Amino acid sequence: MGVSRRLFLRGAAAAAALMALPRALLAWPEKAFKAGSSDDAMQALFGTTDASASSAVVLSAPDIAENGRVVPVSVSSTLDGVESISIIVEQNPSPLAASFDLGPGAVADVSTRLKMGKTSNVIAVVKADGKLYTATKEVKVTIGGCGG
Amino acid sequence: MERRDFLRLLGIGVLAGGAAGCAARGTRGATASSLKAMYDVAPFGNVRLLHFTDCHAQLLPVYFREPNVNLGIGAARGRPPHLVGEALLRYADIAPGTPQAHAYTYLDFEAEARRLGRVGGFAHLATLVKKLRAEAPGGKALLLDGGDTWQGSGTALWTRGGDMVDACNLLGVDIMTGHWEFTYLEDEVRANIDAFDGEFVAQNIKLTDDAAFFDVPAFDEISGHAFPPYTLREMGGQRIAVIGQAFPYTPIANPSRFIPNWTFGIRAQELQALVDDIRARENPAAVILLSHNGMDVDLKLASVTSGLDVILGGHTHDGVPVPSIVANAGGGRTVVTNAGSNGKFLAVLDLDLDGGRMKDFRYRLLPVFSDLLTADAEMADYITGVRAPYKEQLRETLAVAESVLYRRGNFNGTFDQVICDGLMAVEDAQIALSPGFRWGTSILPGDPITMERLLDQTCITYPETYVREMTGEELKLILEDVADNLFNPDPFYQQGGDMVRLGGMNYVCDPLAEIGQRISNMTLDSGELIEAGKRYKVAGWATVGSQSPGRPVWDVVAEYLRAEKTISVDRLNTPVLKNVANNPGISAYPS
Repeated sequence: MGVSRRLFLRGAAAAAALMALPRALLAWPEKAFKAGSSDDAMQALFGTTDASASSAVVLSAPDIAENGRVVPVSVSSTLDGVESISIIVEQNPSPLAASFDLGPGAVADVSTRLKMGKTSNVIAVVKADGKLYTATKEVKVTIGGCGG
Repeated sequence: MERRDFLRLLGIGVLAGGAAGCAARGTRGATASSLKAMYDVAPFGNVRLLHFTDCHAQLLPVYFREPNVNLGIGAARGRPPHLVGEALLRYADIAPGTPQAHAYTYLDFEAEARRLGRVGGFAHLATLVKKLRAEAPGGKALLLDGGDTWQGSGTALWTRGGDMVDACNLLGVDIMTGHWEFTYLEDEVRANIDAFDGEFVAQNIKLTDDAAFFDVPAFDEISGHAFPPYTLREMGGQRIAVIGQAFPYTPIANPSRFIPNWTFGIRAQELQALVDDIRARENPAAVILLSHNGMDVDLKLASVTSGLDVILGGHTHDGVPVPSIVANAGGGRTVVTNAGSNGKFLAVLDLDLDGGRMKDFRYRLLPVFSDLLTADAEMADYITGVRAPYKEQLRETLAVAESVLYRRGNFNGTFDQVICDGLMAVEDAQIALSPGFRWGTSILPGDPITMERLLDQTCITYPETYVREMTGEELKLILEDVADNLFNPDPFYQQGGDMVRLGGMNYVCDPLAEIGQRISNMTLDSGELIEAGKRYKVAGWATVGSQSPGRPVWDVVAEYLRAEKTISVDRLNTPVLKNVANNPGISAYPS
């Protein structure tokens, strides 16, 4: 049996709190996070927009968001030598939503929650052995109601 | 390829359409005793499943008019469930003018309803269930309930679903999943499920991360499943697995504030992993998905997964007499059904299981004609008792119908028009908005519009009304959003019910267009163009985001009905449609 979800979440929360501290000390890719388009963000973060779609990148996101303010998204990859995992929300004013740098030996599996103003493609970008691989999924944001 | 050739090629015996057609052809003008022959289901195979769905708490027999507008867009065009009227009869090989034709279509509704009487009712359903159970192999059958059972009537609302839980226990429901069940408060949902004698299953409801963090109870802390995802049953020496699929968009279509600890979704990848796991560990002869996805979502889900033998579907209220057979991603095939609504149908699925697999099956969607079935005495007594405290409220006559009143269809039904007209009249509004629910019973001309019938259309746990100003731009945004939830060509992005109902305004709708382009030429009833920047006084109800300040909608509409005394609907605020000529999902629509 694995560790319970509850304990894992508590551990993750504690780890996140610790990780939050040194963020300011690390190199913060400000230009990439402030970019106004997906291409500009990719260019600023990776120095290129060349990426290929890959089934080795698994992006898990809802088809329709239950709450556009907190959309749960997970990205994992079976590729070797994963250096980073980034998540782009095409239609957000600042499309780059998150970027995780992975140390050697780290498991390529990250989860986060994104804020989405409207329906958009969500793109997971995995950098492995210097190359970029992507998976894309449309996540719909609706005002809801009227279901029956 | 013709459907029949396709079925023959698959080597699967789908006799439902043909059998229904044969029976139908013989019953024109037949006597009650010969009509009852439709309930003689020839035995087949070694396991029997009975399935009903979306009864919306209708304990007593009702009238229910099927839609004349149920448009299929993209790949869904012209295929079940998007066939109405004569197109559906042709597809299923059912003769016009027969009881089956009346059950599955809107054709000649008033006359046929008067001839054949009401449909459904739990006492009549109970009689049919008992008969079909007794005739099943070994005298045993599983009764599956697809959900939307604990909501839809005044008594269900006032007992917070409790009257239906007890009725389902009496009926002997073995396994269920849900949707409107989740419009009560979380504690009430848990209490109802505890009181339910069967098993409540859902693979697609999980605790939110926040809820998991704060120790909210769940069926499985590791997977996060709020409820058991599936159950296994042994029958006729065979093992079958039944997986639950609750309505994936419950916290979007209905208020999430009632159930903040649960998160839903289609979860197709997780479903596939679950099916693979069940097949590997439990070795069942058949895997069934008891689904509240809606038929279009089920058809796509069947195509992108593998390992599901049958999807018994609901939500979209489609009474589809012939099952659809879908080729899987993995080379297999899945039978997909939808079993209608309001207690009007009972589906019988007979399986021939052998050697650890499903060899063959027979499917029949039996209409429950109340006049042809004796009421089960025990259930009838129960219903009388549970309704007794509310009898006076329910039977108040508010007005008399002079037209057929109904809701079901992609756009305004006549009862929706009455609700919108009532909201505008009482609240002195220019425009009214009313949700596109698929439930709500029908009324024949000359019959009273009682409080009970009004509650059939309105009794939700968030019935409060609002009156506020909206700009033309806001109205357009709402219409576009709802239209996309109905007409998005990808069923996984169809969140909604039918189109939002309107009073006081008209528009042009192109279902084939993209979001933002479907709605045009919005005008007030006067013909005056609705301007993007101008403000309009709008009345409505059923707000999902937060509680509205006004009276419950049934109070507002009751006030209107009492003042009107008679109700005749001679115009509907339905849109002018583009690009649907020759679509077999629309008929008898004003052009």
